Amino acid sequence: MTYIPHSPKERDAMLETIGVKRLDDLFEAVPAKHRFPNLNLPPAITEMEAAAELGELAAANESARDLVSFLGAGMYNHYIPSVVDHILRRGEFYTAYTPYQPEISQGTLQAIFEYQSLIVALTGMEVSNASHYDGATAAAEAVNLAWAQFRGKRTKVVISPTVHPQYREVIRTYTQGMELELAGDNAQADLETGPETLMELVDDNTMLVIVQYPDFFGRIYDYTKLIDLAHEKGALVCVVANPTALALFKTPGEMGADVVVGEGQPLGIPMWYGGPSLGYFTTRKKYVHKMAGRLVGETVDNRGQRAYVLTLTAREQHIKRERATSNICSNQGLLALASAVYLSLVGKSGLRQVAELCYHKAHYAAEQLSKLPGMGLCFGEPYFHEFALCVGQPVDEVNAHLLEHGIIGGYDLGQDYPALKDHMLIAVTEMNSKEEIDALVEVLAEVAHD
Amino acid sequence: MIDVTLNVEPKVIEPTIFDLSSPGRTGVDFPDPDVPRSELPKSLLRADLPLPELAEVDVVRHYMRLSKFNYSVDDGFYPLGSCTMKYNPKINEDTCRLPGFLFTHPLQPIETVQGNLALMYTLQEWLKEISGFAAVTLQPAAGAHGEFTGVLIMRAYHKSRGDAKRIKMLIPDSAHGTNPASSGMIGLQIAQIPSDERGNVDLKALKEQCDDTVVGIMLTNPNTLGLFDEHVEEVIKIVHECGGLVYGDGANLNALLGIVRPGDLGIDLMHFNLHKTFAVPHGGGGPGSGPVGVAAHLADFLPAPLVGILEEGDEEIAPLFGFVTPEKSIGRMKAFHGHFGGGLVRSFTYIAMHGPDGLRQIAEYAVLNANYVQARLRDTYHVPYDRICMHEFVAEGRFEGSDVRALDIAKRLMDYDFHPPTNYFPLIVHEALMIEPTETENKDTLDRFSDVLIKIAEEAKTEPDLLHNAPQKTKFGRMDEVKAARELVLCCWLPESYIKEAQS
Repeated sequence: MTYIPHSPKERDAMLETIGVKRLDDLFEAVPAKHRFPNLNLPPAITEMEAAAELGELAAANESARDLVSFLGAGMYNHYIPSVVDHILRRGEFYTAYTPYQPEISQGTLQAIFEYQSLIVALTGMEVSNASHYDGATAAAEAVNLAWAQFRGKRTKVVISPTVHPQYREVIRTYTQGMELELAGDNAQADLETGPETLMELVDDNTMLVIVQYPDFFGRIYDYTKLIDLAHEKGALVCVVANPTALALFKTPGEMGADVVVGEGQPLGIPMWYGGPSLGYFTTRKKYVHKMAGRLVGETVDNRGQRAYVLTLTAREQHIKRERATSNICSNQGLLALASAVYLSLVGKSGLRQVAELCYHKAHYAAEQLSKLPGMGLCFGEPYFHEFALCVGQPVDEVNAHLLEHGIIGGYDLGQDYPALKDHMLIAVTEMNSKEEIDALVEVLAEVAHD
Repeated sequence: MIDVTLNVEPKVIEPTIFDLSSPGRTGVDFPDPDVPRSELPKSLLRADLPLPELAEVDVVRHYMRLSKFNYSVDDGFYPLGSCTMKYNPKINEDTCRLPGFLFTHPLQPIETVQGNLALMYTLQEWLKEISGFAAVTLQPAAGAHGEFTGVLIMRAYHKSRGDAKRIKMLIPDSAHGTNPASSGMIGLQIAQIPSDERGNVDLKALKEQCDDTVVGIMLTNPNTLGLFDEHVEEVIKIVHECGGLVYGDGANLNALLGIVRPGDLGIDLMHFNLHKTFAVPHGGGGPGSGPVGVAAHLADFLPAPLVGILEEGDEEIAPLFGFVTPEKSIGRMKAFHGHFGGGLVRSFTYIAMHGPDGLRQIAEYAVLNANYVQARLRDTYHVPYDRICMHEFVAEGRFEGSDVRALDIAKRLMDYDFHPPTNYFPLIVHEALMIEPTETENKDTLDRFSDVLIKIAEEAKTEPDLLHNAPQKTKFGRMDEVKAARELVLCCWLPESYIKEAQS
């Protein structure tokens, strides 16, 4: 099945206009010995067959609809109101390109402008761009912003070991060509001490400090003091923040952060086996020229109508080429739209409800689980909707047992932190009912022992 | 709601979501907690959450109205050069939303996601076969992200051989801006290679730059003029002879499906744009998906993890798919496994339905359509590199003795209900109009489009103001871009400190 509309007669008429006899004649510039290879691929199937085949592949998975899941660690199972996908399915949105022609792209442009505004409201920051690939790459772009700000005069980045391990990995990958020192990115570090301990690593050469909020273990810290101290040293501070948590807790903007980034997936985007998701990126107005990614600004058209355009494009790769801050060319347009629709719909009260449900359910789960013999919370209060649980035995064995009972257990923290062998990271959202939490406790009780 | 620096109140066509808000409304309710409430840490709570408050119907109508301000592939012809705005089959929208795909978590035990992993493994294999490469990573999130992956792999390859003096990337003058920007991200020096009079890489200039400091070349073929480089094998040989690698920018792969495999030509690595070639919709700017294929000597450097077979299957038992880490991996390019749902599932569906013959037809008809429009227009619009093109061609949007520019032509096309071609790119053509019809447009559409462009050329002579003042028939007119950049109103909800700053 192809989507090619030509009849043979039309094709022949077109070839005649071009002045060649056959389609093959159009490819004479291609080296003859490599021209028209036989591709060893399965033969074409019809739409009906494709629907069945993809249906089988999808059914071979056990999703959070089939199982009870307590997995989080950077991607969360939240309820997505029906309206979100109804809007995303509008061909006017999803089959449009980047809004380079603003006269006929005001739908996308205004939606992104509103997205920027909603993210600014959520983070307490001043400027949001039109989005990045995901939370991890947005964090890596924060390093690029700091690099551009200090023009290479400062070369050290301090990363808290409690930033998501995959985010730290991505930052390492992104910066391997830069003459940069990454400090603090140490899985052996003491994870119990407060954030201010990081200041031991911050010096006059430090351009950026990166922390996470809540941190990878779900803990909530007020970073105000750390940010003040880092500022005294002249460094910038980037906070990687979970957007659901921002419905309840003090914003990184209020704490004085210079850059706030994060994973927008909790805002109405399915887990989709990890992507595509949404990297949000916010900063202060004074750094806007150093920020990568697209930006939408308000203006008027020549008829005096309020309208929106891509602005400050001179920062970007298609103008600045090798001198651009970043090579980023796309944004996560459709998913930025998803999060804008989600935030518009749940609004002020709904997002707070979601965050409170997560908080109460996680605390209920933690309280019940810590009563089990040999199990207990690794860290203290306050935490949001995730916590590290010591299970006192290999996590993979515990998770195998849970899976037999239809439960996906927590993330095995020993993979990233040797000191947290036998610990799992449990996430609880509004999607987990009390019955599900009680079932988790019950099944874990079967393997719990002192 | 409007920045204090604005003097005149502009006419509001659609209020923002904040303008539409009214305290006390809500679009969705959640159940009361079924567990006891825990105390919230008071000192850590935020005072106010300034999100809008709307009912569901208000939200739906707002976004429906906005959708009508967009031009899209579903509306009509979108010949945006370099972007491959082909029709996006609707079945892909259904397959990528199957619950088994939508609701799987990226960190689930592999035993519970064998469907996802089988799909990813198969897609890796298919992309290898289509491109002639030895290994493929599906992780990169977009074309530019794939390029960055490729540049890091090239650097790691030279470094692993102790070849530390290679600091120069060769980039033809017709290249996309992402090529130099990707190289710039790891501090490489850029040497720009000019094009010759037939639009090929200038071999003499290339040879002059080729020395033992060359990392490689970033080669888009067909290039952004829509032309297949007539000396592509020579270019590759010259770069290889100085120890450099050849990176293929796969932006224009739509022209090559079943026609030639980049790997067979000797290209060392290349990114795919699943959102161009394999019909992932562009989504108003993303998400894209940019897998990277590499030849055997670069396979060890791919980002981690890849999908592999952990336990071979047999007739009765399916193989066990899982993750494997290449030996000298450059690391991880993003969290989790790439743009699985929105990218990989759609492209898998698309390739499965086309099969090998269908893929070749895509390229054949994409090239037929571009050559047809070029043939229809070449007497009216100057085509500076005029030969058989591939999937697109570039004409000049200017006429002797007229002050009409490519921009005016682009805007006038909107009055005839067409999306304009890409303009002002590539940079080596004056007033460029870059036209890529794609294979999914029929002859009638191409004829209407060509007729309109010929008519616009006539208007440029007789009534140039029609072009200067275009578009007239769209909902919005030309924008004041200077005002946008000067005033920098970047959000509709202005925190207090923000306003103070703007006033000071």
